[in-house]
Amino acid sequence: MTLARVHTIALVGLVGHLIEVEVDISEGLPGYSLLGLPDAALSESRERIRSAFLNSGLPWPNKKVTISLSPAWLPKSGSHYDVPIAIGLLVAQGVITNPPPESQVILGELGLDGTLKFVRGVLPTLIAALSFNASSAIVPMANLNEAKAVPGFEIVAFNNLLEVVDFFTRGQIPDEAATEDQIESRDYLDLIDVVGQLPARKALEISAIGGHHLLLIGPPGTGKTMLAERIPTILPTLSAQESLEVSAIHSVAGSLNQRGVLTRTPPFVAPHHTTTTTAMVGGGSHAVKPGAVSLAHAGVLFIDEAPECATGVLDSLRQPLESGQVTISRAVNTVTYPANFLLVLAANPCPCGRFNGRGRACTCSSMQIRNYLKKLSGPLLDRIDIRAFVEAPTRVEMASELLGESSACVKERVIAARGVAAERFKGERWSINSQIPSSELRGRFKAARDGMALLHAELDSERLSARGFHKVLRVAWSLADRAGRTIPSREDVEAAFIMREGTFL
Amino acid sequence: MKNQALGSRGEDDVMKYLQQRGCTILDRNWRIKEGEIDLVAQSPDGEIIFVEVKSRSSRKFGDPLEAVNAVKAQRLQRLALAWLVTHSAFGRPFRIDCAGVLYSIDGRNEIDYREGVL
Repeated sequence: MTLARVHTIALVGLVGHLIEVEVDISEGLPGYSLLGLPDAALSESRERIRSAFLNSGLPWPNKKVTISLSPAWLPKSGSHYDVPIAIGLLVAQGVITNPPPESQVILGELGLDGTLKFVRGVLPTLIAALSFNASSAIVPMANLNEAKAVPGFEIVAFNNLLEVVDFFTRGQIPDEAATEDQIESRDYLDLIDVVGQLPARKALEISAIGGHHLLLIGPPGTGKTMLAERIPTILPTLSAQESLEVSAIHSVAGSLNQRGVLTRTPPFVAPHHTTTTTAMVGGGSHAVKPGAVSLAHAGVLFIDEAPECATGVLDSLRQPLESGQVTISRAVNTVTYPANFLLVLAANPCPCGRFNGRGRACTCSSMQIRNYLKKLSGPLLDRIDIRAFVEAPTRVEMASELLGESSACVKERVIAARGVAAERFKGERWSINSQIPSSELRGRFKAARDGMALLHAELDSERLSARGFHKVLRVAWSLADRAGRTIPSREDVEAAFIMREGTFL
Repeated sequence: MKNQALGSRGEDDVMKYLQQRGCTILDRNWRIKEGEIDLVAQSPDGEIIFVEVKSRSSRKFGDPLEAVNAVKAQRLQRLALAWLVTHSAFGRPFRIDCAGVLYSIDGRNEIDYREGVL
């Protein structure tokens, strides 16, 4: 046979396209042409495949080789086409006489010595393959763990090209590499480590219950980061579907191995404040990679020193905060990634960071202090439901033998409160308090009469915006759920108001 | 064996190969400023054949024919046209072939002849 046809998948964001790899060997001068809009990494495939063949003792065709990746209009990137092309070449040369079935997708990069190397995005690729009626897949051994996470798929993993040839000629399946036990890397974090900080602890809990975005303000070294890092430990564990979604995003970004396949802990992503907009929302010229907002999907996005961020970077969060997803357009294609995260911002009270208590140690001018938090733009701050002040623990708290509550204890309450909310919102489009639409807050989901009266008075005196009005009500619902009340009371509304506005005038 | 001698031996062998197949040799090592055509022959049915011969004594540096790259291929096409014009044969049917000759240590040769590749 001089023409071979095998299948693989091209990923655009998380959406897969079935790619037919056709390999044709014809008479003519030795040459190799790769058709179908390959990018640089893919164009280099010839050198990798040729060396892999020669070093594995496999014949390299000294003829005219034409490889077509169809559909031809779709720009293709990445190195996972090496193995499908190699298998196509072996079939076309007659080394492999029974070609892989139509329903088999093939992925993998080749090393110069013929080893099959790890590739990114195997999980979403195989999920996509399911929708094309594929039933089996060939992957590099290093991707086996990840590939096995996709249900209903027959996976064959190989270490090198010769094993692939053995499989097709003699049906020999290589031994699977021992799988390492998965480590839940953040297991050691617990709220019990945090000394004192009762108001901030409560803010964390309410934020976890209702999915309310949070701003932590406090001097350096008081535990803002410590608190934020522990939010995933009090959030409900991810559902199987969410876990698959999160793993798929991390697989595309290449960070799945650090995180572990199908980890149920919500992700915690903390980009540095010098990060660029592209790193935050995602981007890149040929393969559009997910940014921090998508890596934090179903988890926590924590930005320390938020006022130090370039303004554009923080404002780029506004769209994903509204829609729960982010759409990135580049010349090659347009990609949508999910980005439904809990935003936690941390800020010092002033540039020098010591403007707390009576502010004696602070060296900033009053102008600097006033301008510092203004760097967080109004529209962004408007989306933050809870502001919590984190103070340095007092001597009494430090010396106290009494420990704070553990994460497990808080998580139990969070799950219970979320359960109450989910029951209330049965049959609705939303399931947590932060997602109640404004119209419903004025209709079916009002607070108690005296609570509403309080808010109306604030509206009348122009101390509360319309958006603020709705935000306070949403937080009030979370407070009510935590306390086991069926409707937010006046106290809940008051507490929610203080949590949002910082003070109650 | 010196490279030049190897090349000319390869051309001899390809010439024999063509003659065995009923071709007449019209020219050999036709050289102008632009370059050289190794062999020009005429097939039994009157087609003019330009042949590029590549000889090697081992595969260590790849297949002989791999040495014909895009630049050389273009030059061959220009040379072929130049030959046709100077021999008042412009418009006659022609083709360009490549022959790879591989010599083993015991002196045997293996000719890989590809017709009409350019």
